[in-house]
Amino acid sequence: MSNFIVDKSGIKRYLVSVKINGSEYTRVVKANTLLVNFLREDLDLIGTKKGCELGDCGCCTVMLDGKPVNSCLVLAVDVDGREVTTIEGIANGEELDIVQEKFIEHAAYQCGYCTSGMIISSRALLNENPSPTEHEVREAIAGNLCRCTGYVNIVEAVLAAAEAEKK
Amino acid sequence: MSVKVNKDFSYVGKSLDRNDSFLKTTGRAQYTADLKFPNMLYGKLIRSTVAHARIINIDTSEAEKLPGVKAIITAKDVPSMKWGLSPARFDENIFAIDKVLYVGDKIGAVCAVDEETVYKALKLIKVEYEELPAVLTWQEAAKEGAPQIFEEYPGNVNTEIHHKFGDPDAALKEAYYVRTDRLQGQRTYHAFIENHCSIGMWDGDKATLYSSCQSVHYLQYHLARVLGMKMGDLRVLKTHVGAGFGGKLDPTGLDFSALILSKMLGQPVKMFYDHEETFLNGHGRHAITMELTTGVDKNGKVLAHKFKAILDGGAYTGLGIASTYYAGSLLGVLYPIENYQFDAYRYVTNLPPCGAQRGHGQPQPRYAFEHHLDLIGEAIGVDPIDMRLVNARKNNTVTTAGYEVKSYHLGKANEMARDASGWKEKRGKLGLGRGIGVGNGGFVTGAGFCQYRTDLPHSVGMIKIYDDGTRAFVYSQAVDIGQGSDTVLLQMAAEAMGYPYEKCQMYAGDTDLTTLDFGAYASRQTLMAGWAVKRAGEDVKQKILEQAVEMFRESGRIKEGWAYIGNRELRPDDLDCKEGIVFVKQEPSLTLTFEEVARRYFVTKGVLIGRGWYHPGKLGGNHKGAAVGTSPAYSSATQIAEVKVDLETGQIECVDTWDVHDSGTIINPKLFHGQVHGAFSMGIGETIWEEVKFDDKGKLLNGNFSEYRLPTALDMPPVLSLTVEDSWEPNGPYGLKEVGEGATTPTMGCVANAIYDAIGVSMTELPITYEKVWRALKEKREKEQK
Repeated sequence: MSNFIVDKSGIKRYLVSVKINGSEYTRVVKANTLLVNFLREDLDLIGTKKGCELGDCGCCTVMLDGKPVNSCLVLAVDVDGREVTTIEGIANGEELDIVQEKFIEHAAYQCGYCTSGMIISSRALLNENPSPTEHEVREAIAGNLCRCTGYVNIVEAVLAAAEAEKK
Repeated sequence: MSVKVNKDFSYVGKSLDRNDSFLKTTGRAQYTADLKFPNMLYGKLIRSTVAHARIINIDTSEAEKLPGVKAIITAKDVPSMKWGLSPARFDENIFAIDKVLYVGDKIGAVCAVDEETVYKALKLIKVEYEELPAVLTWQEAAKEGAPQIFEEYPGNVNTEIHHKFGDPDAALKEAYYVRTDRLQGQRTYHAFIENHCSIGMWDGDKATLYSSCQSVHYLQYHLARVLGMKMGDLRVLKTHVGAGFGGKLDPTGLDFSALILSKMLGQPVKMFYDHEETFLNGHGRHAITMELTTGVDKNGKVLAHKFKAILDGGAYTGLGIASTYYAGSLLGVLYPIENYQFDAYRYVTNLPPCGAQRGHGQPQPRYAFEHHLDLIGEAIGVDPIDMRLVNARKNNTVTTAGYEVKSYHLGKANEMARDASGWKEKRGKLGLGRGIGVGNGGFVTGAGFCQYRTDLPHSVGMIKIYDDGTRAFVYSQAVDIGQGSDTVLLQMAAEAMGYPYEKCQMYAGDTDLTTLDFGAYASRQTLMAGWAVKRAGEDVKQKILEQAVEMFRESGRIKEGWAYIGNRELRPDDLDCKEGIVFVKQEPSLTLTFEEVARRYFVTKGVLIGRGWYHPGKLGGNHKGAAVGTSPAYSSATQIAEVKVDLETGQIECVDTWDVHDSGTIINPKLFHGQVHGAFSMGIGETIWEEVKFDDKGKLLNGNFSEYRLPTALDMPPVLSLTVEDSWEPNGPYGLKEVGEGATTPTMGCVANAIYDAIGVSMTELPITYEKVWRALKEKREKEQK
């Protein structure tokens, strides 16, 4: 457990050091601070969206040590000493990742609210499995709800990204 | 009339990338909840915990003592003027005065320094109620002596419609076959992922409100009216909007509170819903109880139809009057029915209000009629597709109710869908447990009337060319809620100007800085805002061509180089402009760049602005309620679904789907198909899984996505989306018609009909859950064994 200080009302505040998108951040958080709120409120990384806050919709998905997680179900204190990748860390500067490129090419988003989480889940899948079947793609994004696209173009985009990366 | 899309178009008809591609794929797109302003406060609504009660007392004293709480407001602190989206039924207050009408009704608002303090304060507020008997279904509301929810709606009847065209009773007597069916729809919810959020702030007497909404204009109109402000004193704008589907059209308690609290406290105030509250905010699809009686001739041609619809409205009217009309007003557009009777009632009940959801009042009645049509076809031995072909409306016709329908290719859509799906090889031949079904639908391309009475145009567009001609800024209050309106408006503006699409930039959804549009509802923006920006683009082009004539003359190039000019002066109509190059039509080597012409215009005349305007004018239909259903253009569509049903468990899998759309010119095919995919997905969800449920006290049971079951990527079948290529709509810019809402209207019918084909039991109640199918199959087996 990380170091803590106790404020004047007796509430413990924990020191959290975490590597996010390649940079080290150290902040003081409360025990009940959710990772999604830590990212959005304390670090202004608003690309991670807040949706249901129950782990159902997946729009807050980030990579924690390379694995996709719902950041509304992870406490900020639990990421101490670990590595987080958010949507802001997917592109290399202004150069988009192949998953982002294929999302654009295939119109794989509409309102865009689920897109950050969808791209994170897709990127995490391709990191683990560079040649997924269509069913594996569908399984990988089954925890990311999208009301706009019917997933048709998303599945196409992820398969196209896998194909392009093989080359 | 049929005109092919001009293949020479530079941008119209092309699958261009969305204008927000970079922002939305990198996480940089900002939604309202992502915005932060210095010194900003946070707030939430205080909500009723009971379904129907008088408020005796609201004790906020403990909450006020909590450090960090800045203000708590209730009805006594805010204007009491009633509002609503239907001018004929203003019945909602900012906060409940005396009486709450449903679990979740708005009682007040709490504002504090951070979200956590807001939640803590809410727990300390004690509301004392005198509970009243509640009515939770329309059947209870309709009972003799039922508790009255509103004084102004005796018998709890909020809306009542009786339409009669021709003589249905006489025609039924003459018919070859007559059938009556009763079907039931369910209450569903839009289920966008972004929760509502509003941020209010003031600068002296000028207010600004950011809101995740579908119409900045209507929001501005209603807020200004209730708060006693001039519209110009209130700026309403949106950032990116995380979808709406009809659920972000009504003003919310957040919008009112954000403005009131920020004025009171002199600090920006962000008001937000959590996920369950978006369900409580409601305004989703009404559950409709439907009875259909139809008489046909021996070919299946509908001779008469009587439709009775009863809508469970929930508390308040919202858009409910229009929902009720839409339940019956569009059937006659799909199928010409000379003898048609429509009787409808909308009851108020003590549940969250219902309103518009993709397709508005129409999808459930479409399901009912399309299934009814299959049952009739079966009885008289006519194939479902043939039933539809014999009834489909033709091009350039007028409906029984007087609506003019220009382009209409429903028959062609049916034929194309039939052929693409392999219908003839599959229908009735797939064996028990597998089935294929068809459904038709369509929608208005924008409503013919504004939601409130006004002489305003429906859309106004403006384009400003940057000083040196290197960018074009396109302005409209159209709201891109994800459907891609910004992109297609830019495509049309670029085409009209003859200017590169990549250099066009959209400014949309801001009542101060952009130009009037009524917003995203009734599938209207591509046509209405499309006309406005197209005309603005043509205005820019005209000014560019006039300026270019001056420049050609000044340069002397014309007299030397171009024989055709002869003894007449060069005129603007001798020129054209495409993709940023101005050229002489008869001598295309004579060119100027748009940029140099625009710069010269700026230097000699000032800023180069193009203006456009659109009003649909007087449209057909003179009966009471004709306003709901009249439109400049109607889309039509056929969908086919193939399903697999597990006969042991009742589990339904939608395995393949086809959609053929008659949408006129397609401005951006890849965005268009995206609309079809999304609409199909919502329709499948509503057919099989989705239903908002309440307990016997009116408390919401499933306000979350684990219990309100949306389709996931694993549920969604492939969709083959096709278009009727020679569809051209004279009333639409570049010949276009809608797709967004209409695409949901055939789905429930086609999936339900496929299930019927698979199991041989007519399922008359949505959603057609696994359990209902399992029970139906069990009953069927038991009957067969007897």
